[in-house]
Amino acid sequence: MIVHELIFYAFSLVMVLAAAMVITVRNPVYAALFLVLTFFSAAAIWMLLEAEFLAIVLVVVYVGAVMVLFLFVVMMLDINLVPLKEGFIRYLPVAVLVAIAMAAELLMVLWSKGRFGAEVFPVPAPNPVEYSNTRALGELLYTEYLLPFEVAGVILLVAIVAAIALTLRKRTGIKTQNPSLQVRTRREDSVRLVKMKSEKPQGV
Amino acid sequence: MLTLAHFLTLGAILFSLSIAGIFINRKNVIILLMCIELMLLAVNMNFVAFSRFLGNLDGQIFVFFILTVAAAEAAIGLAILVVLFRKRRTINVAELDDLKG
Amino acid sequence: MSLQTTLLLIALLPLAGAVLAGFFRNQIGRVGSHTVTILGVAVSFVLSAWVLYQQVYGALGTENVSVYTWMVAGGVTFEVGFLVDHLTTLMMCVVTFVSLMVHIYTIGYMRDDPGYQRFFSYIALFTFSMLMLVMSNNFMQLFFGWEAVGLLSYLLIGFWFNRESAIAASLKAFLVNRVGDFGFLLGIAAVLLTFGTLDYAEVFGRVNEVSGQTLSVPGGMEWNMLTFICVCLFIGAMGKSAQAPLHVWLPDSMEGPTPISALIHAATMVTAGIFMVARMSPLFEMSDAALSFVMLTGAVTALSMGLIGIVQNDVKRVIAYSTLSQLGYMTVALGVSAYSAAIFHLMTHAFFKALLFLGAGSVIIAMHHLQDMRHMGGLRKYMPVTWITAWVGTLALVGFPFFAGFYSKDAIIEAVAGSHRFGSGVAYFAVVLGVLITAIYSFRLLYMTFHGKERFEVVHASDTGSQDGHLPPGQVAHKPKESPLVVTIPLILLAIPSVLIGWMTIGPVLFGGWLDDSIVVLEKNNVLAELGEHFHGATAMAMHAVYTLPFWLMITGMALASLIYLVRPSIADTVRRRLPFLYRLLDHKYYFDEFYQKVFARGSVRLGRNLWHKADAGFIDDGLVNGSARLVVRLAARVRRWQTGFLYDYAFAMIIGLIGILAVWVAMVPG
Repeated sequence: MIVHELIFYAFSLVMVLAAAMVITVRNPVYAALFLVLTFFSAAAIWMLLEAEFLAIVLVVVYVGAVMVLFLFVVMMLDINLVPLKEGFIRYLPVAVLVAIAMAAELLMVLWSKGRFGAEVFPVPAPNPVEYSNTRALGELLYTEYLLPFEVAGVILLVAIVAAIALTLRKRTGIKTQNPSLQVRTRREDSVRLVKMKSEKPQGV
Repeated sequence: MLTLAHFLTLGAILFSLSIAGIFINRKNVIILLMCIELMLLAVNMNFVAFSRFLGNLDGQIFVFFILTVAAAEAAIGLAILVVLFRKRRTINVAELDDLKG
Repeated sequence: MSLQTTLLLIALLPLAGAVLAGFFRNQIGRVGSHTVTILGVAVSFVLSAWVLYQQVYGALGTENVSVYTWMVAGGVTFEVGFLVDHLTTLMMCVVTFVSLMVHIYTIGYMRDDPGYQRFFSYIALFTFSMLMLVMSNNFMQLFFGWEAVGLLSYLLIGFWFNRESAIAASLKAFLVNRVGDFGFLLGIAAVLLTFGTLDYAEVFGRVNEVSGQTLSVPGGMEWNMLTFICVCLFIGAMGKSAQAPLHVWLPDSMEGPTPISALIHAATMVTAGIFMVARMSPLFEMSDAALSFVMLTGAVTALSMGLIGIVQNDVKRVIAYSTLSQLGYMTVALGVSAYSAAIFHLMTHAFFKALLFLGAGSVIIAMHHLQDMRHMGGLRKYMPVTWITAWVGTLALVGFPFFAGFYSKDAIIEAVAGSHRFGSGVAYFAVVLGVLITAIYSFRLLYMTFHGKERFEVVHASDTGSQDGHLPPGQVAHKPKESPLVVTIPLILLAIPSVLIGWMTIGPVLFGGWLDDSIVVLEKNNVLAELGEHFHGATAMAMHAVYTLPFWLMITGMALASLIYLVRPSIADTVRRRLPFLYRLLDHKYYFDEFYQKVFARGSVRLGRNLWHKADAGFIDDGLVNGSARLVVRLAARVRRWQTGFLYDYAFAMIIGLIGILAVWVAMVPG
């Protein structure tokens, strides 16, 4: 068990330090990278908690997709870094104060009277070897939580549509063909037959 | 021995850090979004810890969904940011005060 | 024809005449309008006389008929009905007879007036209102008649509405009346509260039951309910019958044409108050305090108003103050529980005062609407009929034996002498002294107008060069001549009862119990019964007069007036110069008008203006309405500063809130 504790303390230290760096570094690219590090450490701790599937999902989805997206956007936007760190010192004391207050409150609750201690929540035994976290999750997800699962899918669809709708812009002044319009033309709108008298030119 | 309290403590610290981050980063919206991700991570940590110590997988299912939503939200948030930047040419939040009363 | 139909006709025929003359005046023209109204009033008079005849010689007793139920509200029935007993019939006959005389007189007096038809419509309508008042059998109808005569008085005083003084006088009459009406309405409300009904018969029947009831007033006092009712009702009478201090409208009411001064302000409307108190005798008898109040008010009025009459120079004003004084006499009689004497004097006074007013009107026509007595004199040569009837009226007014006024006035004086009521001593002094004063001003009027040297000049209109026909004082356009028959016949017709009616009717009316079915007098107050023991017939009473004080006072007054105004007019000027304070006090009518103007009129205006500026515009508009708007704006400006539009401030606010909630939760959870 000492191994567990060692792993836990090591990774949690890394995580906390990385989180602190996220909020303090000047360069947003560095911040994004530090956030990646935080997620990795979290994944490790989750492995410790025998939530293997989620740990991998964290890495693959969160780090692999979301953080990449972040980096992508950060690099795309041409950001003027200098004015961004103004007022940093001004707000630091307040922020630290607020953070400490919040942390103190939470810790006070957590550690009071052994509320969340070993007597109330005994340390569970590790799962047997055959136990597959993925399989267990799957069994639960596709039976009891089917509806929320589908809804989650819809949410993702909506997110796609929203993101595209927000950022789509039409270029003005380009000539494109609109096939559906082309197909829908009618003869009456385009062609007009006019009867005219044949004119004799004047003075002939 | 690792009790539930340890994991919850970790979550609490992460959460406080993210709050501080929201305050400190008055100018950078991207960092703000990252702090929100941190917050969600802290919550997820709690869920997973409880799931383990209660022997109930429901906590992990919930984390699953939180992950989904967080991803969607990050995408849309960044899309908004991009559109904002196109208009304003800045991500300085102090200049985004059109709703000033 | 049933009695109910007769009564309806009596009341409604003048109304019909008024409506026709009023709304169809262009269709029926001048002659048509005076014909319909005179016809209506004449038939009314004949029917009233018939009812009287039936009551005196026939088998007709008291009739109480309900004609129409107007509404039933909250258990109280409001209806239109007639109570015809001897008192009513007496009043009906007086009202219709005097009204008829005035109607005929008006044909001559208002001949040149553009509002001819309107005038006839008004006086016929007035007759209807007065009849509804006297014939009513419940308080509501009484109040209807009361208000209606007040309205007609307003309309008629302001008949020449182009004259500013007339408009002011009509408003003054209406407003002062209103003050009295306020008291009257309080009294009626108190009646409704105490008895639960407005019907006379029911109220009078239950007087003994409620005699102990009291009314609690703020301040912790308890007032006797019946005293309160009677005092309030009398306040109404004070307004309508012009008792001091609500008398100020009557002299100004002379702005109206003389026929209405005769009709309304001598014979009928002003007597409504007297009639009402007499009608309410069952109530008043239960309250000695109220009766003392009545008596003293009347006494004060009788004496003080007579004194003013001595210094007035306008012929109509003298007669107006005389009316005020005589109304005071009637009120004193009511106050000593001699209700029959009051009604008797009301009747005789109606005749001779109307006669005097119409006579004055005749003089005014002859003098082309000149009314100042200082520019008259010696008119007896030109207007003999007017002169003789004026003498008859004056002798009746001063109480010369055998004339009508003698009987009624003497009865009152003797009744006051015999009364033991609180304040009756003062009242006796006032009414006796009043006899001297009355004689002085009455004969002064006669002598200045008809006797002595002529103080006017006849100038022909073409010489004056004045454009609008108004001449300087003292000049008339033609020689005065006797008025036409339509004017003089009513004078003669009114002179006859002024002579005879007292002698004829004093026995039955005062001592024969003719009014016993209407008037209730308690045993202990019944001074007239005591007088009746000494009454040996009208002639004997007249012969006995030479032994009484009032007779010699009258003779003194006559002698004084003759001395001053016939023999040596300079005495009047000397007195005026030697007693300037007294003269000024009387000339300014005790400064009542100035007082009312300063305190009530200007006070009300100032109050209204203050309420408008400070309370309404200032407090409500500016303070409450605008002020609350301004408050909202100021608050919003302060709160607005939190809306920075800055994302982090909002996030900060949210987090602070979260921490707060957490702190509360942590504190509340034990441990």
